[in-house]
Amino acid sequence: MPRQATDVLFDPVFKNNPVVLQMLGICSALAVTTNLNTALVMSIALTSVITLSNLSISMIRNQIPSSIRMIVQMVIIASLVIVVDQVLKAYAFALAKQLSVFVGLIITNCIVMGRAEAFAMQNPPGRSLLDGIGNGLGYSLLLISLGATRELFGAGKLMGFEVMPLVTADGWYVPNGLFLLPPSAFFLIGFFIWALRMWKKDQQEKPAFRIAPQVKEG
Amino acid sequence: MSSNKESIVRTLIVALSVSLVASVFVAGSAVTLKPLQQQNSLLDKQRSILAIAGVEGERLSADEVRELFNRRIKAEVIDLDTGELSPDYDPATFDPLKAAKDPKMSEALAGDQDIALIKRRERYTTIYLLEADDGSGELEALILPVRGYGLWSTMHGFIAIRPDLNTVVGMGFYQHAETPGMGGEVDNPNWKRLWPGKTLFDAKGRPNIEIVKGNVLPGNPKAGHQVDGLAGATLTSKGVNHLLAFWLGDQGFGPYLERLRQDGGARQKKD
Repeated sequence: MPRQATDVLFDPVFKNNPVVLQMLGICSALAVTTNLNTALVMSIALTSVITLSNLSISMIRNQIPSSIRMIVQMVIIASLVIVVDQVLKAYAFALAKQLSVFVGLIITNCIVMGRAEAFAMQNPPGRSLLDGIGNGLGYSLLLISLGATRELFGAGKLMGFEVMPLVTADGWYVPNGLFLLPPSAFFLIGFFIWALRMWKKDQQEKPAFRIAPQVKEG
Repeated sequence: MSSNKESIVRTLIVALSVSLVASVFVAGSAVTLKPLQQQNSLLDKQRSILAIAGVEGERLSADEVRELFNRRIKAEVIDLDTGELSPDYDPATFDPLKAAKDPKMSEALAGDQDIALIKRRERYTTIYLLEADDGSGELEALILPVRGYGLWSTMHGFIAIRPDLNTVVGMGFYQHAETPGMGGEVDNPNWKRLWPGKTLFDAKGRPNIEIVKGNVLPGNPKAGHQVDGLAGATLTSKGVNHLLAFWLGDQGFGPYLERLRQDGGARQKKD
């Protein structure tokens, strides 16, 4: 079943989105999306890590002994994350400070490890690269839409620029503080999943079990 | 071939070469990017000194921060034990944190003295003075470095006080690794806004500032010495209490502040 290259690239965006279909990477999606800036930087960081890790793991996939394959994947992913963290600290210090531990936590992001194990170990480098970019885009799509929604309704801003003037600054918008708290990301991801599954019906899951109808005793 | 791939020798070779390549990448990026990172962290420190001293510093460009810092802020190295200035050290190059690790430049703290949990305290440290913009050199705020252990990490910050040596101008941390969203809220601008105007010392000159649990009762006679607690961050709040008590007390800047009080406020003579 050789798939089209474009499918490999774009499937993870809507059809097989790593966050909303596979439910991976939720932790960072809650933590870094209080504003659009951090969501963008995190998206770029994760996309570059997953792309490069898929590419390099795929290139040496035939050499990796299966007994240590997970460790080898971790070493590659961890090194890439450290390099990305160092680059952020050098070129985007303020944002790196806001992202704090979450850049380092890309190492444990299930999406990266999941794609390495499920895709890059079996596919040639070119396709693995596309798969990495695609999954990065799928994650980024969710992060950026969450970040934009939360910052817009929580602080009346986008990327730090005022969109809806706040009441406290003589404007008209009363900010909804809930959007800046982690639970709101849960609600929003829920709505996102609902919307996506209304559009793509095949993603709707069958109920795992049904409650049996009540039976009268006697 | 495939059986060969799983052999012990092969496994070792793959493990070693992957580690080697990875370590070259990591070390290479760390070394080549270090100068830029150091420049950034210096800039970040200067930015936070300006912000804590009440000079608007958040939206300034890097060059504006450097210019403002050089124009308004004067750094001095002081002897913490005597409270006197130490002209032997150049404030531009002296590194108090490095000194705190050097047995010759610092002293170990006994358990009961070490309330801020910093283990060693440097003998000399760098303080910063905010001078008036009109060129008269008049002191507007005194900015003292403080540090201490929170829940996970040593928090590094500054407290800026007015020339009356009692009223807070601002307080904040430029480096810490507390839990984001909980102890990490020490960075929250809304919380930092509670600090200006608080008074640090009681009538006898002993440190008297406390982060309370919950909110400060407005009518309460001690309200001027209290700050609202951080919800869900009891240990970080305690850490801030302890580090302020330490650095404002006799082990910290007590002797220096005492000397300034005797000299008649913080109006410094030009040296």
